[in-house]
Amino acid sequence: MSKIKVNDESQEVTFPLTVTGLIKLNNVLQPDMVSVQLNGEFLERQDFETTELKEGDEIDFLYFMGGGC
Amino acid sequence: MGFTGEQIERYSRHILLQDIGVEGQEKILNGKVLVIGAGGLGAPILLYLAAAGVGTLGVIDGDVVDLSNLQRQVIHFTPDVGKPKVESAKEKINQINPDVKVVTYHEFFTAENAFDIIQDYDFIVDGTDNFPVKFLINDACVLAGKPFSHGGILRFDGQTLTHLPGTACYRCAFHSPPPPNAVPTCSQAGVLGAIAGMLGTIQAAEVLKYLTGAGDLLTNRLLTFNAKTMNFRTVNLKPNKKCPVCGEHPTITELVESEQAVCELKSK
Repeated sequence: MSKIKVNDESQEVTFPLTVTGLIKLNNVLQPDMVSVQLNGEFLERQDFETTELKEGDEIDFLYFMGGGC
Repeated sequence: MGFTGEQIERYSRHILLQDIGVEGQEKILNGKVLVIGAGGLGAPILLYLAAAGVGTLGVIDGDVVDLSNLQRQVIHFTPDVGKPKVESAKEKINQINPDVKVVTYHEFFTAENAFDIIQDYDFIVDGTDNFPVKFLINDACVLAGKPFSHGGILRFDGQTLTHLPGTACYRCAFHSPPPPNAVPTCSQAGVLGAIAGMLGTIQAAEVLKYLTGAGDLLTNRLLTFNAKTMNFRTVNLKPNKKCPVCGEHPTITELVESEQAVCELKSK
C-alpha cells in the first residue's frame, strides 16, 4: 500500500492508479463534474484517465456549488 | 471627512479595532459595493455591509419575494412576499443605517448590462443562485479588472473565493458551467438556511477586509466547509495558465450570456 493525500486526508492506495481510478475509489458523487488539482496544478478532464498517481501525491477534489438563493 | 458624534458611536466597535480604526471606517463609508442577488447569500451580505456603513450599496435582483425564500433570506419578512426583492432589501438597509446610499436594479445581471453596472463599484459580490450568472460575474469582473467574491452553497456545504486582478479566478478552478441540470440547485436539492448566513457573512467580512486593507483576503484560496462535520478547509489555488478567461491564451474576451451561447458562437 502507498500513501497519498486526498483533500488533506491521508489515504492508502495500491498503484497503478489513475486519477479516474481514484475518483471511482472515493465514490465521487458526480465524477463528470469534479475539478481535480494534483500537487497544486489543475488537471484537464481529458487527462484524468491517463494521469498515473505516485507515492506522496496530493489531490484535491473540488465540487460545483451553484446555490446562493 | 469628519465623523459626527453619532457616527463615532455607531461605528465605535470598528474604530476600536487596530486594523480598522477611524481611517478604516472612513474607507468603509466611502466604499461602493455591488451585491448581485438579494437572496440567501445576498441577505446576510447586505445586512452586514449596511450595518458596517458601506457608503453605496448596489443591489441587483429581478425577483420578487416568495414564501419559500423566508427560511433563509433573512432580509425579507413575511409581509414582503410579492414585493421586488430589491425594494424589500432597500427598506431594511435604510432602517438599519441611514448613512448608506442604496442603488437598486430590479433586473437580472446579464451580458448586456454587466459592464455598465459594475463600472460604478469598487467590489462585486456574487450572491446568485445559478452557474451561468456565476460565470458571467467572473468573466465580467476579470475582463473589467474588478475584485469580487464568489460564493456557492448547496445542502450543508458552502465555498467561497476572493478574486483580485492577477489572482486565481473562478474559471481557473471550474473551467466552465456544468450542463443544465447536471448539478442540482438549492431549489432542487435543498439547503440548510443557516448555511447561507455562514457563507454570506464570510463574504461580507471579505468585503470589509478589502475596503479597509485589514488582514489577508481569500485570494488564491478556495474556502470550503461542511456544516454536518463543521470542517472548514482552504485549498490553495494558483492562477491556471490554461484558464479560458485569465490564462495565457484566453478564449473568452467578451461577455456572452451562457456556455451554450459560447458554443454557438464558436461553431459559426
